[in-house]
Amino acid sequence: MPDNKVLTLIHKDLLLEWRQKHTFYGVLLYVGSTVFMVYMMSGQPEAKIWNALFWITQLFIAVNSVAKSFLQEHPNRFRYYFTIVPPVHFLIAKMVYSTLLMLMVSGIALLLFNIMLGAPLVQVGVFTAVTAVGSISLAVIFTFLSAIAARAHNNAALIAILGFPLATPILMLLSKLAVKAIVPVYQPGWWKLMVVLSALDILIIILGIILFPFLWQE
Amino acid sequence: MRRSWWKVACVILLAYAIIGGLLLPVPRRHILNETIRNLYYHVPMWFSMILLFTGAFIYSIKYLRSGNLTDDINAAVLTKVGIVFSILGMVTGMEWAKYTWGEPWSNDPKQLGTAICMLIYFAYLILRGGMNDEEKRAKISAVYNIFAFALMIPLIWVLPRMVDSLHPGNGGNPGFNAYDLDSKMRLVFYPAVIGWFLLGLWISNVIIRLELVRFKKENDFINFESK
Repeated sequence: MPDNKVLTLIHKDLLLEWRQKHTFYGVLLYVGSTVFMVYMMSGQPEAKIWNALFWITQLFIAVNSVAKSFLQEHPNRFRYYFTIVPPVHFLIAKMVYSTLLMLMVSGIALLLFNIMLGAPLVQVGVFTAVTAVGSISLAVIFTFLSAIAARAHNNAALIAILGFPLATPILMLLSKLAVKAIVPVYQPGWWKLMVVLSALDILIIILGIILFPFLWQE
Repeated sequence: MRRSWWKVACVILLAYAIIGGLLLPVPRRHILNETIRNLYYHVPMWFSMILLFTGAFIYSIKYLRSGNLTDDINAAVLTKVGIVFSILGMVTGMEWAKYTWGEPWSNDPKQLGTAICMLIYFAYLILRGGMNDEEKRAKISAVYNIFAFALMIPLIWVLPRMVDSLHPGNGGNPGFNAYDLDSKMRLVFYPAVIGWFLLGLWISNVIIRLELVRFKKENDFINFESK
């Protein structure tokens, strides 16, 4: 697809992943072990704790899977990409790829949570939708932070350090939104919170698009 | 900026804020009583922090456009002094909350929002500390500074106002209206804000000058006169 650079880049990432699958299997193992460990510690908790544990697990999954997106590329390869692709296309391609990865892994995590830790969900559709939106938010933030960390000598710990403060308000919003699916009580202002979360996502994407070109040039 | 008129003004304003703030009469309000005087110290800390971070934001943008490392020094020092002011603001707030809300930390949305904001800026310090290459450090911290500032705006101003809060003036309105800031308090409050902000600028100014001297000494092969 010579015309559309973004699609080509996403295709490249997906193809690399499909051929090697080591990121995917690694993340899958990570999800399985984490959920299992959470189950051993807490048994089948009640709904609110289930919710909290789920979102914390999501955070750790995001840090481990999305963070690799920039770090797994050799730094020298960036010089090659620099000559062929405009920076914004590269960032958007990475964000879309991370989102796809996160969506898939979150779905699996949700399934495992339902199987192992009990199924307190009253409205499954709402919770799945909130999970999807949450995956997008976390993927977008951690992609940009991964880009920053890749420039700072590929320091993986930096992603966690930079990412946790930023992820905290997002996770708080997500868990408040998810409560609607757990508690069969009317939640006033739910759509307002959803709009706020979407606005925050759009803000982060726009900031990434504006700021990434400065990181791109060496 | 070695001229001293604004430094003298700073000292006078702060002396007035401290002495007048503690001695001048204040309106009696239920629960708040005399602790309403905290307004003269706690709130200006946050205002100064926001103004200092705005300065850092502007210098970060300037650095990204010019590549001049002195802009990076300005941005970094303003951010560091802003972080100090945020710690002071948090501590004064918690001290006040111990007596009015009953406990220093009550998960109030504004407290949470500002705590997260402080964490984001602490991460800025860690980001800077990890890199030795000057230009790389400057570029990455400028990018992160802009990112952090743009996220701070909704975190501190938008999100806490959308939910109920314990802070006087919330439940929708900015803090100014809640105290019914009558003229008695305005007399001390506005000078206090200006005084604390000037103090923040003074501290930043001294540290920036020190850093610039160090920078020029280490980089004396660069010709600084042509500016």
